[in-house]
Amino acid sequence: MAKAILARKIGMTQVYDEQGHAVPVTVLEAGPCYVTQVKSVASDGYSSIQIGFKEKKEQHVSQPLRGHLRRAGVKPCRFLREFRVEEKALSEFQPGRELRADIFSAGDHVDVSAVSKGKGFAGSIKRLGFARGPRTHGSRYHRGPGSLGAVDPSKVFKGRPLPGRMGGRRRTVQNLRVVQADGEKNILLVRGSVPGPRGSLVEVKKTTRR
Amino acid sequence: MDLIKEVERQYLKEDIPDFGPGDTVRVHVKIVEGARERTQVFEGVVLRRQGQGLRETFTVRRVTYGVGVERIFPVHAPSISRIEVVKRGRVHRAKLYYLRQRTGRAARIREMR
Repeated sequence: MAKAILARKIGMTQVYDEQGHAVPVTVLEAGPCYVTQVKSVASDGYSSIQIGFKEKKEQHVSQPLRGHLRRAGVKPCRFLREFRVEEKALSEFQPGRELRADIFSAGDHVDVSAVSKGKGFAGSIKRLGFARGPRTHGSRYHRGPGSLGAVDPSKVFKGRPLPGRMGGRRRTVQNLRVVQADGEKNILLVRGSVPGPRGSLVEVKKTTRR
Repeated sequence: MDLIKEVERQYLKEDIPDFGPGDTVRVHVKIVEGARERTQVFEGVVLRRQGQGLRETFTVRRVTYGVGVERIFPVHAPSISRIEVVKRGRVHRAKLYYLRQRTGRAARIREMR
């Protein structure tokens, strides 16, 4: 079955496993999400589901969107995201169906996508892992990017790795283990770190690896 | 933030004695050697407690054969079977890093009474 859910990143902590080892985890508030639309090959040319997460005031939702959600019988939600689902599995998702954190269980592996923290205009050391220059011994070259290329073409080639904006892009971390899934409190514990600042929206889905 | 507390709550130990920097404690650590499990005791002065919730740790310092040894334990680790408070020390600081520079009589800590 295709599994996917929207969640809010709460923060990180650690828990202990059965062997007593500390496991670093990210706490996610996963769901409740509601299926707002089911797209099939017959209706849209491809198969997917659209799900909504977090409430929003009715008056803050545009009229067209209100109609769209009413059709699924779902209260207004802040976030709507679409996930590809196999045609065969579509029948599991009726519009209005509630998805909770317990669609996953401990031991599952998931891919987590989110917009990473914005780092602003970052230099080539931080952004691209360039080596730095000597700090001392008369060095006047500390954090520069080094040579930008040969003299002869009299230009800098396109695609030259240089400083620039870093972070704030959609990033996916693959194959994270689910440590705990609580459907009642909608808490999902995922081993390791997840992109983005605390409080941001993350998409969790069954891993494409393994 | 509260959800993190919620998660940590199920892992927190409840039988932790009240202890802090300056106290002399005896920490019983479970050690797994292959299939066998035994308990080792580490006794010394608590230099600090650091962090909060499930991530709280404390540092214990002892001097053996003239060599200072410091071990950092997570307060709530399952591998710690027991923490015994041997002596309560009277100190005026939360972090007793100054003890590292002192030896012998100078490193004494007055006992709380």
